[in-house]
Amino acid sequence: MSDFNLMDDKLSNARIAWRAAQDIEDGSYVNLGIGFPELIAKFQPEGRDVTYHTENGVLGFGAAPEPGQEDWDLINAGKKAITLKPGASFFHHADSFSMVRGGHLDLAVLGAYQVAQNGDLANWRVGSKGVPAVGGAMDLVHGAKRVAVITDHVTKDGGPKLVEACTFPLTGVGCVTRVYTSLAVVDVQDGHFVLREKLPAISMEALQAVTGATLHTDGPVGDLIVPEDL
Amino acid sequence: MNKVTSTTAEAVASIPDGARVMIGGFGGSGAPIELIHALIDRFRATGRPGNLTVINNNAGNGDIGIAAMIKSGMVAKMVCSFPRSSNAEAFNEKYLAGEIELSLVPQGTLAERIRAAGAGIPAFYTPSSYGTELAEGKPTEEFDGKMYVRERWLKADVALIKGQKGDPMGNLTYRLAGRNFNPLMAMAADRTIAQVAELGAPGSIDPEQVITPGIFVDTLVEVPEPQQEEVLVRTGVVY
Repeated sequence: MSDFNLMDDKLSNARIAWRAAQDIEDGSYVNLGIGFPELIAKFQPEGRDVTYHTENGVLGFGAAPEPGQEDWDLINAGKKAITLKPGASFFHHADSFSMVRGGHLDLAVLGAYQVAQNGDLANWRVGSKGVPAVGGAMDLVHGAKRVAVITDHVTKDGGPKLVEACTFPLTGVGCVTRVYTSLAVVDVQDGHFVLREKLPAISMEALQAVTGATLHTDGPVGDLIVPEDL
Repeated sequence: MNKVTSTTAEAVASIPDGARVMIGGFGGSGAPIELIHALIDRFRATGRPGNLTVINNNAGNGDIGIAAMIKSGMVAKMVCSFPRSSNAEAFNEKYLAGEIELSLVPQGTLAERIRAAGAGIPAFYTPSSYGTELAEGKPTEEFDGKMYVRERWLKADVALIKGQKGDPMGNLTYRLAGRNFNPLMAMAADRTIAQVAELGAPGSIDPEQVITPGIFVDTLVEVPEPQQEEVLVRTGVVY
């Protein structure tokens, strides 16, 4: 449709997070990256039992405590205060990353500067200036059964974030399995982007025009429908 | 056996110039603030120990703890995964001025290198950082169709760690998520110095609850009601 306005009609971060949350399976172990991915926990569908992992050694944490109730020895990887759910556990950092690299997590969700069609991810720095910091990102992209990215479909300048090859420094090679964007849901499969869902209001041509690599289809493309009131 | 010493000053008295010092904690959780401040006190009084390499997940926050060590000029190099934080000006300024060296290590690799040192394993292969600039110059190998990067153990001369309960044998427990790097660092240093909030007699910790067995700990000092780094930063404390 020609009246689609990229900046006005795209999904907000909350709505992208809502869509990603719908795919979290009952009974799964999940790590949500610092920042934007943390939003996903808010939209976890009712009736699903999900155990959240954080790199600094906690399984089974819950929402932030009420202001004033923080215990700063009880934080997540983003250094935010958390609470514990019944059945939570503590462990040291080597055990924590054994859970990550050892294939024990079902899902890790990260943010991105760029995702390439072969699944390469760039999300830790955009150049050589400033103070570099990597944290657990290079570990989290390995080992989880699914490694998903949530991101705006384009940069602030309107440039593509889904690209043929990353130009920013890589976090990991061939690691991303699915991307939830402000316009679409895209799988990485055999070195290609495969379009699964798109906003009904945007045409295939318009979506392809803001994507830096070819969007393939291998069946019907679903409508990306997200509640408005998030 | 009695590994207890009476003051934090005594506990850190023999750490030499140029030492590689592991400091437990993740951000402010599990950070041994009183031991760090005792080391800063000694440096301010005697000019020693300087030229230290500090190994920690972060690079300090605010004007206390590791940030205060960096500001005082006693740290030549940081080995860490995430030097950025909301109040990391102490490290940022020195780093951008070229006055402090940084070895950036992915967090899981940092933990495993420390664990490997404590376990007597000189090197191991990990998928983390393969194909990235942090793997440049490192040997790689394929195992079962996937590529891995060889990483070396990471040892230290001294570890400063924070426990919750301790006994004279050196057995330790930890508080909440304050465990993080502390048990790993206790194993990886030639000499491990622990501050504990509660020091009890041998047997006061149920053996089934011991997290770090005393063999990994050389010196203990009791610090009741220890300071919490995040609380100090939030209240604007300057050390």
